[in-house]
Amino acid sequence: MKRYLIIPALFLVALAALVWFGSVSAQTPQPQPQVPVTDNQVNAVAHELYCPVCENIPLDVCPTQACAQWRELIRQQLGQGMTKEQIKDYFAKQYGDRVLDQPPLQGLNLLVYILPFTMLLGGAVLVWRVLRSGRNPSAAVPNQPAPIPPTPADDAYTRRLEDELKKMK
Amino acid sequence: MIPIFGVGVLFLTFIVALYGVGAAIYGGYKHQDAWVESARKAQLLTFPLILLVAATLEYLLLTGDYQVQFVFNVTSSSMPFYLRLTALWGGQSGSLVFWSLLMSTFTFAVTLRKWERDREFLPWVIAVCMITLAFFVGLALFAENPFDRVWQVGGAQVVALFAPAGSVPVFPADGNGLNPLLRHPGMIIHPPMLYTGFVAFVIPFAFAIAALITGRTDDRWIRITRRWTLVAWLFLSMGLVLGMRWAYDVLGWGGYWGWDPVEIAALMPWLSGTAFLHSVMIQEKRGLFKRWNLILILLTYSLVIYGTFLTRSGVLSSVHAFAQSSVGPLFFGFIGFTFVVSLALLLYRWNALRSSDENKMTSVLSRESFFLLNNLLFMGILAVCFWGVNYPLISELITGQKVTVGPPFYEGATGPLFGGLLLLMGIAPLSAWGHSTFKTLGKAVWKPFIVSVGVLVLAFALGVTAPIALLAFWLCGFVASITLYEYGRAVWARHRATREILPVALWRLAGKNRRRYGGYIIHLGVVLMALGVIGINMFQTTTQGTIAQGQSLTLGSYTITYKDFAQWDTNDNRNVARAVLAVSKNGQPVGEVYPRRDFFYESQQPMTIPGMRSTFEDDLYVVLVDWQSISSDGATFKIFHNPLVSWLWTGAFVFILGMLVAAWPDREPEPVRVTVKSTVVVNQAL
Repeated sequence: MKRYLIIPALFLVALAALVWFGSVSAQTPQPQPQVPVTDNQVNAVAHELYCPVCENIPLDVCPTQACAQWRELIRQQLGQGMTKEQIKDYFAKQYGDRVLDQPPLQGLNLLVYILPFTMLLGGAVLVWRVLRSGRNPSAAVPNQPAPIPPTPADDAYTRRLEDELKKMK
Repeated sequence: MIPIFGVGVLFLTFIVALYGVGAAIYGGYKHQDAWVESARKAQLLTFPLILLVAATLEYLLLTGDYQVQFVFNVTSSSMPFYLRLTALWGGQSGSLVFWSLLMSTFTFAVTLRKWERDREFLPWVIAVCMITLAFFVGLALFAENPFDRVWQVGGAQVVALFAPAGSVPVFPADGNGLNPLLRHPGMIIHPPMLYTGFVAFVIPFAFAIAALITGRTDDRWIRITRRWTLVAWLFLSMGLVLGMRWAYDVLGWGGYWGWDPVEIAALMPWLSGTAFLHSVMIQEKRGLFKRWNLILILLTYSLVIYGTFLTRSGVLSSVHAFAQSSVGPLFFGFIGFTFVVSLALLLYRWNALRSSDENKMTSVLSRESFFLLNNLLFMGILAVCFWGVNYPLISELITGQKVTVGPPFYEGATGPLFGGLLLLMGIAPLSAWGHSTFKTLGKAVWKPFIVSVGVLVLAFALGVTAPIALLAFWLCGFVASITLYEYGRAVWARHRATREILPVALWRLAGKNRRRYGGYIIHLGVVLMALGVIGINMFQTTTQGTIAQGQSLTLGSYTITYKDFAQWDTNDNRNVARAVLAVSKNGQPVGEVYPRRDFFYESQQPMTIPGMRSTFEDDLYVVLVDWQSISSDGATFKIFHNPLVSWLWTGAFVFILGMLVAAWPDREPEPVRVTVKSTVVVNQAL
């Protein structure tokens, strides 16, 4: 593979990663609810939000009174015709980005999406290079060569070996 | 009186551990056996000492000495005996003592092994073990002491080890009681299992450091610690599964894993530990991956301490809360110190760790290369988890803005990687050492492949249409059929050769190569667990509704009917509100479920316990969300339908079985007189 192609290839792959992660956070549009709003509709929105005050507890399971009130707020907002996106934006504006279940794709947050992917890619490139070139024989003292053990496909030989050993017992 | 005794023995343990470190390093450096022997005795001594500390603390817990703050925090007189006993790990300071006790048990055991062949390792193993022990004992002694007591000075209450001047002891009438969430069998054994897994990984790490220091770059250290690693890994895996079961049974949100940072903190050492467990085989067989293995065990140790740090220091609730307890900075310093020193040692020996000449990795489809891919995938998942857990802390530090990294991130990123691992689990056992081609692999794989396609068709016929789900089911079928085929082939071959009946052939075969066949069973266990994960993650459905008595809610083919409700106080100081619901499936009644809400008066905490009906096909999981005080007005229930989730727990049992097979000690081979007639090359591969 030509060296100069690696950089644009990496860039394209990184771009693909961003798109991939971006699509993970894309929402399906919520149909306009009719009054009364069901619990399931409230939970569908609350499932993608986190409790603004408790630690790492999703809003649909948080048992506190405050969370129950927030779920009622969601119910009202759904009744007024707000979409899931709009409700999530409202909560994020009111209580900060921590109520969202994913860091919004902007600024420093891009780091958490790019870094693991880049590390994995870097590792993959390293592995590829090792496999292509094979290990170079070292000038250091060679160790006792480790014998290659019989493969599972060598059953016939293993069986014959076992037989012969059995005869010797 | 007794708390003072406890503190005294704890302090003594600390001193002995520190002495052990000093004597071991001095003796190892100067090659003076007397000092090393003394260090060894010190290591032995720490065990009865810390045991005494734990026993003292247990005595205080069981007799209810509420002046001791820890006892006040985690027990109360209404708690049953077994809960008071296990409350030792119900709080921060007791946990530190418990961790130290488990660590000391393992160091005691490792000291008792036969050291004649490996004298050169001994001082460094002792040093590493005792440094780790001294750290945790030191934390318990200086940062979060379980023997702190409450005193009244003037108008204020003060917490201190010894009576401050002019103070009077405070004797509360009763304790707070253990956090209700922890009063579940899963939560009682989960910490011991998890901690055991954590501390057991310190032993291979100690040997790795010893190997680096002494320059023994061969695989001796791996062979010695092979069973330790296996045991550590078993306990860590089981600790994680128990945590999952607890979350499922008690937290009432219908799932078993929420990608919570504390969960991930325990998962990370498991990831590098599993990679390590597999990767060491390559070094033993082919002399490759020496650097990988050292990196992996180094990572595992650091992640163990880091995981304990994340969970215990409060840093996860806020970066700023971390400084409130001195535990945080101390942990951070210790991790930094051990990581830097281990890394320095590794770099010092880097060149000496080159692989054997003759063994190159040229074939992409060889077993070595699959193991390399295995390592890569595990490291990939680890990278996702690591950044996911740490990014919120970084974000808060740099921008002041808190963020949450939740399930969509983790599932999207790790899903394909776990799928890749599943695939490797299937094809790696079929590949050959050194060289494999598509042809040889293809020959080995085509029959199980046909079976797996059958599984795919079956899944499709049962109504599964989502491509990812179909792929996942196919993968499970593929791995399972390969594993069973490999096993079956070998058993049949043995049966033909030895004329043993099939069950005996199976038993003897597993005995001949425990590692391989134990490994196959473990992989089967993993496939079953994967089945459970796919079922609940991809096919869970849920509904919530408020119904009056006599009315019903429907979810899929299930209908639940609200029959009865009762509320009463129990004799262990809680209020129970319980609903009775009749469950029917496709119109046929199949049983009842009893979701309830427990309210604990002492700690003012509620707990939602779901009512469950479990079969191998699915779980019906009902949560009592709310009720009106006049029960005829109705109650709100949330129902979850979790297909296949029981396979997650069943798979865990198969997993344990496989571990037992893999780790069972081999009988010492009896010497046999052999007259060699013709030349037979007997391969000594283990």
